[in-house]
Amino acid sequence: MIPLSWYLLFAAALFGIGLYGALARRNAVAIVMGIELMLNAVNVNLLAFWRYLAPAQMNGQVFAAVLLAVAAAETAVGLALIISVYRLRNTVLPEETDLMRG
Amino acid sequence: MLATIAFLIPLPPLAAFAVILLFTRRHRALSTAVAVGMLALSVCGALIVAAGALRTADLAGNPIAESIPWIPGAADGSGAIRIGVWVDGLTVLTLCFVAVTLFAIFIYSIGYHNFGAPEGRQDVPGLPPHGSTAGGDARRVPSVEPLYTRFFAFISLFAFGMLLLVLSDNLATLFIGWEVMGLCSYLLIGFWFARERARRAAVKAFLVTRIGDVLMLLGLALCWQFSRSLSLREILDPENLARMAAATSGVPGLSAAGLTALLLLAGTIGKSAQWPLHIWLPDAMEGPTPVSALIHAATMVSAGVYLLLRTAPLLSAAGAPATDAAAFVGAFTALLAAAIALAQTDIKRVLAYSTISQLGYMVAAAGIGAYTAAAFHLAMHAFFKGLLFLGAGSVIHGVDHGAMHEGRETDTQDMRVMGGLAGRMPVTFAAFLAGGLSLAGFPLLTAGFWSKDEILAAAWNTSTAVFIVLAAAALLTAFYTARQIALVFLGRPRSAAAAHAAEPSRWMLAPIAVLAVFAVTAGWAGIPDNFPILGGVIPNGIERLLHPAAQPLSSAAVANLMETRQPICCILAAPEKTPFSYAALMVSFLVSLGGLLLGWLVYRRYQAEQKDPLERLLGPAFGFLQAGCRFDDLYRILFAVPARWIADVVVSDWIDRRILDGALHAAGRAAGGVGRLLRNGIDLPLINGAADRIAGGTRRAGAELRSLQSGRVQEYLLIGLLVFTACGAALVWRMLN
Repeated sequence: MIPLSWYLLFAAALFGIGLYGALARRNAVAIVMGIELMLNAVNVNLLAFWRYLAPAQMNGQVFAAVLLAVAAAETAVGLALIISVYRLRNTVLPEETDLMRG
Repeated sequence: MLATIAFLIPLPPLAAFAVILLFTRRHRALSTAVAVGMLALSVCGALIVAAGALRTADLAGNPIAESIPWIPGAADGSGAIRIGVWVDGLTVLTLCFVAVTLFAIFIYSIGYHNFGAPEGRQDVPGLPPHGSTAGGDARRVPSVEPLYTRFFAFISLFAFGMLLLVLSDNLATLFIGWEVMGLCSYLLIGFWFARERARRAAVKAFLVTRIGDVLMLLGLALCWQFSRSLSLREILDPENLARMAAATSGVPGLSAAGLTALLLLAGTIGKSAQWPLHIWLPDAMEGPTPVSALIHAATMVSAGVYLLLRTAPLLSAAGAPATDAAAFVGAFTALLAAAIALAQTDIKRVLAYSTISQLGYMVAAAGIGAYTAAAFHLAMHAFFKGLLFLGAGSVIHGVDHGAMHEGRETDTQDMRVMGGLAGRMPVTFAAFLAGGLSLAGFPLLTAGFWSKDEILAAAWNTSTAVFIVLAAAALLTAFYTARQIALVFLGRPRSAAAAHAAEPSRWMLAPIAVLAVFAVTAGWAGIPDNFPILGGVIPNGIERLLHPAAQPLSSAAVANLMETRQPICCILAAPEKTPFSYAALMVSFLVSLGGLLLGWLVYRRYQAEQKDPLERLLGPAFGFLQAGCRFDDLYRILFAVPARWIADVVVSDWIDRRILDGALHAAGRAAGGVGRLLRNGIDLPLINGAADRIAGGTRRAGAELRSLQSGRVQEYLLIGLLVFTACGAALVWRMLN
């Protein structure tokens, strides 16, 4: 059986890729995609811990399901914001939408 | 019943004062009627009370007295002031002569102020009338006084004050009457207020008498302190007097009674114009002549002596310091004023100094214990001096008439331009002669002789020094009286005004005639019983009225006095009758007749423009006497100049400008310095600085922190990551160590 650490390493790598995408990408859609990656890395962790540590209970599955729903909602809100910003300012680049600069 | 009437006596003139000022000011006839009518009520009341008192068997032991509470005291009744009336022999005598002279002079004033004459076109309020040229005649005729009704209002108020004073049974209302009269005196001396001299005289009279009044008020305070009462009957109660004589006053050598008596004597000195406060009375002659007659001869100046006699038991209890002071002041004033009167040329000033001199007689008489003689002379003096002033007013009026007739301006009070008026004004002459002889003490016939003789006889028996001074003063009195009569009435007229003088109206002559009768006959009521031949022909009413003035002490008080060794018990006992002395009588005859004869001999041939015969005799001393012994100048140098110097230099320059202003300026500067110190030391650096630094720090912090707020979402995320990483690293670091 694949040891737990492999899942964890995978999840860490996935989170790192997502984080990098969220921080480094210029396109807002790509940033949202990076965030989705990080959420999925968390999901992987949850499921791996549930399967290896407490398989008798279903808490981990419920968490994962809720997280999927949250991720879907988050993506929907994020894309709606991006469309709204694009309509107003004709751009999807966060670095050009700096109205809140101090 | 009698007490109630006595209560009411002073009030009608007060009502007249109010009614005239408030309602009838514009109606001369109505105002006259109100004033005279109200006074007539008072006079009737006074006569009823006097008659009732004379019928009372033992008036001294059983006086007509009643009092009502006025100012409430403490809860136990102590310290309350009661006011009321007290009619004993002295009150009756004073009330009679006050009522008679008041009434006579009210009537006289009607004529004096030319009631019924036309109004002068050039007359202004505050100046005597100039006369009018009514009827197209070039010659002026007298015109009515512009402030006619005001005069009657003022003398009505004065009558209230005098009657109140005479009837008072306590020092509180007595003092009120005293001050009301002082006010009226001021108002009436300054009645012709457009004259500079009248204004100055009014202020002078007011201020000089004020000195005496303030001291008298202190005396009242002492009375209150030692007797807990202002009621005369309680103060003069023998046991209370014995207590006061035994108490110490705080002044070395003076008992409480002594100090009180001296302070009351000071009041007398001010009011009765005794040396050294006599200087106001001659100047007071600036007032209209009825005022001089009423206030400054017959009544108000008598009030001072009246006070002295009213409080005579206190004076007796006070003993030597107070009685000696009274005797000295009185005798000295009598001689001094008589000497000054010798050299006066103004007809009224002679009489003014004569008044001072005669009042000095009374004060001296009180000082040597001859209270009866003093009261007798007080009454007689009111009659004959009132008469003399009215006569003088009549003379001035007559000469004024002559001056108007001639159309010339003449000083109508200067005796040197008169002369020969006996022929022009026979009634005035006769009356003036009666008054003058009475003043000079013409033997046996006149009132002045009997009263003055009684004082001289008393002095003969008690104090030789006082007797000599008073006899000398009597000689001078007779001399200046003869001089005045000779200058005014005898010889030839020395000016056109005098040549055309005319007798005044009947309004003026009638009161003069009445007073002339009194000035001669009133003294017959006081002929001593032990006088040869005449004694006892007419019962001695004055003696009977006044004699039992002093009451014997109770045995307890005598015992008390024996313990304290105060030598007053003998004085407080009923005084003995003055024994008769031929020597004193001879002196009295001699000085009176000799003075009159000398004066007549010296002045009967006086010519116009001639030097006064006395001036040739006395030389520079005459000028000194003429200037009133330069007391005015002396007081100016002693008091007025230093007072002005103190005001100008010490108070204004030094104290006010330098010390007070300097202190204020220094305080101002110090406050300014403290303010600057606080501002520079505390306000600016600490409070302002703190606020500034807080504001600046906040602003700088904002400026620094704003760079964080880039508006880029990814940078925020990065910062968040870094912070999270740092916190996480710190946590891990803590957990590992």
